[in-house]
Amino acid sequence: MTLLIKEHVKPAIQEILQAGKFLVTGEIGPPKGTDIDEMIEHIHLLKDRVHAMNITDNQSSVMRYPSLATAILIKELGGEPNLQVTCRDRNRLAIEADLLFAYTRGIRSVLCLTGDSIPVGDHKEAKAVFDCESVQLLQLIRNMEEGRDSGGNELKGGVQFFKGAIVTPEAIPIEPQMIKFEKKIEAGAQWFQTQAVYDMDNFKRFMEKAREISDKAYICCGLVLLTSPGQIKYMNANVPGVFVPEDLAREMEDAPKEERLSTGIRIMARQIRQCIDEKLCDGVHIMAIGKEDVVPSILEEAGVDIKKM
Amino acid sequence: MIITTSKPFEEVLKELEGEEKVFIVGCGLCATTCETGGEEQVAEMKARLEAEGKTVTGAIIYDEVCHELNTKRKFRENKDAVEAADSFLVMCCGAGVQSVRESTERAVHPACNTVFLGNIQRHGHFMEKCSLCGECVLEDFGAICPVTRCHKGILNGPCGGTDEGKCETDKEKDCGWTLIYNQLEKMGKLDRFRKIYGLKNWQANMKPGRVIFEKKGEGGE
Ligand code: SF4
Ligand code: SF4
Repeated sequence: MTLLIKEHVKPAIQEILQAGKFLVTGEIGPPKGTDIDEMIEHIHLLKDRVHAMNITDNQSSVMRYPSLATAILIKELGGEPNLQVTCRDRNRLAIEADLLFAYTRGIRSVLCLTGDSIPVGDHKEAKAVFDCESVQLLQLIRNMEEGRDSGGNELKGGVQFFKGAIVTPEAIPIEPQMIKFEKKIEAGAQWFQTQAVYDMDNFKRFMEKAREISDKAYICCGLVLLTSPGQIKYMNANVPGVFVPEDLAREMEDAPKEERLSTGIRIMARQIRQCIDEKLCDGVHIMAIGKEDVVPSILEEAGVDIKKM
Repeated sequence: MIITTSKPFEEVLKELEGEEKVFIVGCGLCATTCETGGEEQVAEMKARLEAEGKTVTGAIIYDEVCHELNTKRKFRENKDAVEAADSFLVMCCGAGVQSVRESTERAVHPACNTVFLGNIQRHGHFMEKCSLCGECVLEDFGAICPVTRCHKGILNGPCGGTDEGKCETDKEKDCGWTLIYNQLEKMGKLDRFRKIYGLKNWQANMKPGRVIFEKKGEGGE
């Protein structure tokens, strides 16, 4: 097997979006430990059903199997990785070195995030890095693409990535978010995945504003699977920038216990359908958070088959 | 103002294990305001140590324990009590403790934790607003520090965790970026927020920091 992949092929995400097709991405959350069997199962399950898979990077500041290793694994298993890179655990040197490595192993798509804060995670006494943040990370990659590291030194062999970023449509207040969205584009972001969206009307308003700012950046709607009334209450109270509206909360509450998961599936399938039918955005990003095995059912219920799109 | 908090008394006792005679140093400035090393706290410490069977050979409080020459002078002035002590318990910031270190070869113990450079908002309320980054960017941010008041030190706008003006790390703390945004908007200077700030020089003050006045009239014309 060849380990070094040098020629530049456009990543699937870029191909799909630039072709004007609707992008469907999923997400792989690596486990805490070396038992990666279940994750491999999830990768197999998703790889032909979504165009690409995000790999979270010590998500929620909880230490896990590395995102970069998982991205390579996905590649080896014939899937398409979208490598999440956060700035919390690595300084600019470490990030740049990782990106060089990622490029040589065929990773062509990165999602740039600042990262959650240390206190929300499970290593509460760790030192947070934040040497850079999302906007600067995008710039740093662009510099590397132009052949230089952030120290201004020339690279012997450069990189080229399809650069993604995050935007939070339900942030309060929204104005600074939109300015930051614009800055991310200016810094090199070519596409966006949104934080979890539930209120589709609010999402429509967000999309109008976003399109006014840029008609070039692709935007994919982030959807998180709802699984119980308790989860909804928890998210509404504790997860900033996430708001599950009344009617969805009621739909979940009204469902008998054994039908909660299927209700969540139905809700997400409906939202995916709405995004496609009303041409709200350029794609969806499905976050099943531990319930990856139901993603095929979600797609089926939404009538989405990427092979036929 | 350097903000300190008192270490638990048990921790202090453990530091002093095996040492019978102790000399206490308090500070008349920051530690007095923080109520960690002023008159009252030093007197209380003395009483508690004596109750534990220690001999307190002396206790002094003076301004700027962090001033090394000043500390040396104070030690000379209190020569007898200083020389009678096995060790020194310093009730002020870490800088003060290390200033005492320069004045004696004997054991020196910290009685406080030094937490931040803080503003006094009102009596007993201290808040960190500057983290001494060495290259001040306040000019561009409406005089509200993104390095310190944003938990992640972001220079380019709020993270996704901002929640109705509060920070994702602590609902009791304002999101620094919401404050900056509101300030710049009020001033009609949102263009500053629109500008992209590149990587910050975190080595502007290379640890350990050192500043030495240039002597006037030397070298130049
Ligand atoms: S930018 Fe902030 S941390 Fe740096 S010197 Fe100014 S106030 Fe202090
Ligand atoms: S919520 Fe605000 S202060 Fe807290 S890390 Fe995010 S941007 Fe910074």
